Amino acid sequence: MAEPILEITGLRKSFGALKATDDVSLDLRPGEIHGLIGPNGAGKSTLIKQIAGEITPDAGEVRLRGRSLSGIDAAGRARLGMARSFQVSSVAPEFTVLQNVVLSAQGASGATFRFFRPVMRDAGLLATAHDCITRAGLSGRETVPAAELAHGERRKLEIAMALALKPALFLLDEPMAGMGTEGARALGDLLDGLRHRAPILLVEHDMDAVFRLSDRVSVLVYGRIIATGSPEEIRADAEVQRVYLGEEA
Amino acid sequence: MSAAEIPAPRARRAAPSRETLVNAGLGLALLVFGLGAWLLDEPFLITLATKVAILAIAGAGLNLVLGYGGLVSFGHAAYFGIGGYTSGILAHHALNYTPMFEWPFLFEGSTSMPLIWLFAMVLGGLAALAIGALSLRTTGVYFIMITLAFGQMIFYFAISWPAYGGEDGLPIYVRNGFPGLNTLDPIQFFALAVAVLFAVLGLISMLAHSRFGLALQAARQNRQRLMAVGIRPGGVLLVAFVISGAITALAGALYADLNRFVSPSMLSWHLSGELLVFLILGGTGRLFAPLAGAGLYITLEHVLGGVSDYWQFYFGLLLLGVVLFARGGVIGFLTGGRHG
Amino acid sequence: MSMILLIEQLLNGIQSGLMLFLMAAGLTLVFGVMGLINLAHGSLYMVGAFACAGVAAATGSFWLGLAASIAAAAAAGAIVEVAVIRRLYARDHLDQVLATFALILIFSEGTRWLYGSFPLYLNVPAALSGSVTLPGGIQYSLFRLAIIGAGLAVAVGLFLLIGKTRIGVQVRAGEADREMIAGLGVDIGRLYTLVFALGAALAGLAGALVGTIQSVQVGMGEPVLILAFVVIVIGGIGSIKGALIGALLVGLTDTMGRVLLPPLFSLFMETSAATSIGAALASMAIYILMALVLVVRPGGLFGARA
Repeated sequence: MAEPILEITGLRKSFGALKATDDVSLDLRPGEIHGLIGPNGAGKSTLIKQIAGEITPDAGEVRLRGRSLSGIDAAGRARLGMARSFQVSSVAPEFTVLQNVVLSAQGASGATFRFFRPVMRDAGLLATAHDCITRAGLSGRETVPAAELAHGERRKLEIAMALALKPALFLLDEPMAGMGTEGARALGDLLDGLRHRAPILLVEHDMDAVFRLSDRVSVLVYGRIIATGSPEEIRADAEVQRVYLGEEA
Repeated sequence: MSAAEIPAPRARRAAPSRETLVNAGLGLALLVFGLGAWLLDEPFLITLATKVAILAIAGAGLNLVLGYGGLVSFGHAAYFGIGGYTSGILAHHALNYTPMFEWPFLFEGSTSMPLIWLFAMVLGGLAALAIGALSLRTTGVYFIMITLAFGQMIFYFAISWPAYGGEDGLPIYVRNGFPGLNTLDPIQFFALAVAVLFAVLGLISMLAHSRFGLALQAARQNRQRLMAVGIRPGGVLLVAFVISGAITALAGALYADLNRFVSPSMLSWHLSGELLVFLILGGTGRLFAPLAGAGLYITLEHVLGGVSDYWQFYFGLLLLGVVLFARGGVIGFLTGGRHG
Repeated sequence: MSMILLIEQLLNGIQSGLMLFLMAAGLTLVFGVMGLINLAHGSLYMVGAFACAGVAAATGSFWLGLAASIAAAAAAGAIVEVAVIRRLYARDHLDQVLATFALILIFSEGTRWLYGSFPLYLNVPAALSGSVTLPGGIQYSLFRLAIIGAGLAVAVGLFLLIGKTRIGVQVRAGEADREMIAGLGVDIGRLYTLVFALGAALAGLAGALVGTIQSVQVGMGEPVLILAFVVIVIGGIGSIKGALIGALLVGLTDTMGRVLLPPLFSLFMETSAATSIGAALASMAIYILMALVLVVRPGGLFGARA
């Protein structure tokens, strides 16, 4: 089996008496989509934030390609190729689609303190940005301000921005939230094609999508991972049935 | 703060946009006014136009952090005053033949504007570095209160430090010189101020369109997103704050030379407020907002001030109206409403 | 330096700290509950001082003047809240700053119009004039002592109001979650007006009391407003306890700095230089204190947000 890109071991985080993350270990291997599911309040977003470096865990470790990320902030992790999308779409609303993606490409290039040349005429950044916009299916929408995009388009913009980071992996926090069936299916197809560029840790409420797309699924309940396995194994898991899937059936 | 409510600097277009035309018109209006006053031999009006140009430079400094970076600094009088005192103190030593210091080398002060400007910008930038590094540890309303407080600190320092006039201020007996110009001639000093203003606006436009400017404007809109693309907002904002302080200090040095006098009033919180007012009157986040705002403010001061001694009462009402009902400012009005 | 002078200055520091607390309490409540930064709070302080001076001069009674200061500031606060401030709650901080800056211009110039630019002076009421002998033989102004007492009484009252009453529960709920409180069926508009008027009344009271010691004039509110901001930054936004501790710290640092720093510097330099350096540093002392707090705890000593 290939070396995992992302390895999480023994992660713990408490807020007062609440154990939001309770000894979580999981990994993400090249070429896979690893689905992360769990009921509301299970601590999925808290876990993503610890991986992305937005909050510091109390204990445990996150490793990217074998390298410990302890002490590296969110910007540093993004620079190392950790591309993330947010549960509530988070883009620069006044920028156009193109400006948003150029910003992302600029971040990946690591050179921000340049004061003279116009960034929107930087051929290298523009080529990357146009490529990512095309891949994310937003061609023709380059000059539209992000605030004027439809919900689904804004999701695609987040994907385009993630692509422009030259990602080692994607952390996608409910990318399909709020999308119609049709939109969710189209986005699913897009993600399906992305896994070979970089593996995806996919937090998602849309159970059909997770089981359709994922190579492996982990189930998070009350901050603990109660099962990890192939979609079939998870469907068949008695504990998962009892605490989670059973509720919805 | 909710960044989305501050209008963005206009995106570039191939054809000159309506705003570009308005900007050109504003720049021309200032030039025409100054030259017209010269032809009519009205030195007072030339001085008024010079004042507009200089205050617009100060406002342009603030606009870099406020309009582009979304930082509401309520302490920019500090840099304005530091620039003013730099000019006053250097000239004071040079004119009185009392060296500023003799070690490690003899420095006698200076009456040369380019050197004074350099000193003013370095000192203003350093002050902004110190104040910015502390203030940027916080956001939103804390940032406003802290920049206001540090501005007040420098104000009180100037009042209680007796060596350079304290509360009474410091006169500059002869306006400092610029190579090749007679700065005592109002129209020549006006031309110098306008040249500096256009250079500063050009610099800010260049910065706004650069990689740095893209990150700065992203920091205004969404700091979380900026982090997620691998850029730390703190460093970007601090660099902008330092450049901003240096520009406003440059304006302060010119302003001291305009009045041939520098006093703690250049450092007062009221002046910090007025700089903010210029931007909202002009239209926050637009390149020429400081010129439009300063021009309107000085015009109102002159016109309303001629009608009533209490013109600020009416000005307060007007400002309240603009804030509550007309966020686009003058440029927003001239270009047909606010943009987003 | 004599012990007696030192204790006297300590009391002065506490007195000015408590007056600052009256200012800062209103500001911090308004920020905590409504999320609004109000520069015009200093104008309400001025309104209180002028109301006290006007009514005291007309009736000859300081006490009626004091009552008028509270009533006038509360009324001015309520009117301003209804007419202007409530349009600003949903706006960004820049709009709040500029609109309340406009209010300062209106209040200051309006007052100058009515009363002129010359300072007014208030007489300390006969019952509180003169000085008292404190334990240890220290002579101290009875009026200042009364101000300390009044400040402490208001502080206790405010803690009881926030901690024990229904209004207090609503205020605390409002600080925690603005939407929840609307869900509780509280008339949020009325609550906001009430909180704003309460803060205004405290500012007006402080203006009248400090105006009696110093003088009553246009522009008296803004230096105090900025000091109150320093207090809030030190104490933490939204915290009444933080406002009290912060105000006392600022009052004591400022007063003791002015007394102690010049002689401290004269220990190792000649007197005139020491006096000017000491005085200049003393004028900056509270801001240096604020900077230190910012380095150690950016959210303030008692701030909810770290």
